[in-house]
Amino acid sequence: MLQLPVYLDNNATTPLDPRVLETMLPYFTQHFGNASSRHHAYGWAAEAAVDLAREQVAALIGADPKEIIFTSGATEADNLALKGVFEMYADKGNHIITTEIEHKAILDTCRHLEKLGASVTYLKVNHEGMIDLKELESAITAKTILVAVMYANNEIGSINPIREISAVAKRHGVLMMSDITQAAGKIPVNVNKDGIDLAAFSAHKLYGPKGIGALYVRRKSPRVKVTAQMDGGGHERGMRSGTLNVPAIAGFGKACELALQEMEEEGKRLAAMRDKLENALLQLEETYVNGSRTHRLPHVSNISFRYVEGEALLMGFGKEVALSSGSACTSASPEPSYVLKALGLGDDLAHSSLRFGLGRFTTEEEIDYTINAVTATVNRLREISPLWEMFKEGVDMNAIEWSHH
Amino acid sequence: MSYAERVLEYYNNPRNAGTLDKSSQHVGTGLVHVSEYVDVVRFQVEVNPVTHVIRDARFKTFGCGSAIACSSIVTEWIKGKTIEEAFRLDHMEIVEALSLPPSKIHSAILTEDAVRAAINDYRVKNGMEPAEEEYEEPADYYDERD
Ligand SMILES: Cc1ncc(COP(=O)(O)O)c(C=O)c1O
Repeated sequence: MLQLPVYLDNNATTPLDPRVLETMLPYFTQHFGNASSRHHAYGWAAEAAVDLAREQVAALIGADPKEIIFTSGATEADNLALKGVFEMYADKGNHIITTEIEHKAILDTCRHLEKLGASVTYLKVNHEGMIDLKELESAITAKTILVAVMYANNEIGSINPIREISAVAKRHGVLMMSDITQAAGKIPVNVNKDGIDLAAFSAHKLYGPKGIGALYVRRKSPRVKVTAQMDGGGHERGMRSGTLNVPAIAGFGKACELALQEMEEEGKRLAAMRDKLENALLQLEETYVNGSRTHRLPHVSNISFRYVEGEALLMGFGKEVALSSGSACTSASPEPSYVLKALGLGDDLAHSSLRFGLGRFTTEEEIDYTINAVTATVNRLREISPLWEMFKEGVDMNAIEWSHH
Repeated sequence: MSYAERVLEYYNNPRNAGTLDKSSQHVGTGLVHVSEYVDVVRFQVEVNPVTHVIRDARFKTFGCGSAIACSSIVTEWIKGKTIEEAFRLDHMEIVEALSLPPSKIHSAILTEDAVRAAINDYRVKNGMEPAEEEYEEPADYYDERD
């Protein structure tokens, strides 16, 4: 039996894998010790769990366990990377290069740093969500300390050519940071092959618990340091103080181990279902895929259904399918998704978009159900859309005569 | 997203969605929008030329569920009203009837605009002066987005 609503919002968060839950449970009540307690068995058990998890997390991205700093999630890791580098490398410069379509955890942190004297370049992206490498190179100055480009985008799933981007940064002696939140555990990420010096991610995007994540900080060639943003007991090599959340860390480790084992097969399975869903929905007229279809995460599809509004669509199948939209119909002049706008989408298509994010537990049956539910709602809303009627009658949308009001 | 049951009711079973013959002498049409491609409402009334009573009303709306619900509920209300009565429709009545949150008040305002535009289209078509709106200070209906 299908459990409704079908969950297709796996870019927002993923359900905890039951195997992860099982790993976590003993660390709540039985092995509840503080991982910093060096003098008794409770502490040792907790420390052993953290050590194992650190190895598992590191292994997922080809890092050394010593290079993993546990944080409360990707937001904190993004903050620590940007603010920590800005403070630590103040002698070298104050210039950061990033892109327009980063997550708010990067963009708002950059805005904050601008108030503290940072100069930030926000690179534009093309219609597929890709930056221009030449533009990146010419943006680099003697004052540039960091290039921060996300591995994969959370709204459209586009994958950036991180190796080529980091090569440019390296050529100019600039540190390379990547928000790998959406990519880690979904596609191969290897900090050494990819030339990444700092990387931020969260457990809950890869079937682990919420409220735990990590910042990878390179220790060799170059040795990277970040100024702590949370001072205290000197945990995590002094870069992030605070008693470690042992059950969550154990779960994060297990989630990374499972992701590494299952990534390849899972990616193929999800890509096939995603393509089925996408191709079926593209049968509807005036329906467009947003972002790259080739350099894209296997489980993501962002589609605009012209002449119907995204939030109305979500309401239409709210009890049937759980999704998210690039629309925001919440004020008199609602701004649709800045990511879709950055791709060059007009307001009409940006407001008509839905993001489909498949996950480990998505079934073929759910995909079939979703195809029907979305198709029916799009058709129903188009029947009551004045824009659809005008389109069907061949009215030039740019020449519509609006009533004065 | 938490919508009042009433919004969902009208959204799921929209009353009077559709099209009246725009070219008819008895039909007034209003087409309004918040900004291009964001909340577009087309509202139509068919009026008895002798009594000026609204015989029929139809809408088509592009917008979120609240926008659709606002248009639909008003088609029910104004049938049987004279065009003068219908013109005095206040968006706050819609807001209350559907328990709209502040962030959705613009949908009710747009519906009010659409109704008035449709009535004035009918009036002008039939040689009457367009009715004047009494000016009200617009409510502060901006809110934060997540
Ligand atoms: C690309 C990206 N970065 C950062 C975050 C923030 O993650 P968290 O909320 O777990 O801190 C997210 C999740 O929304 C994300 O998709």
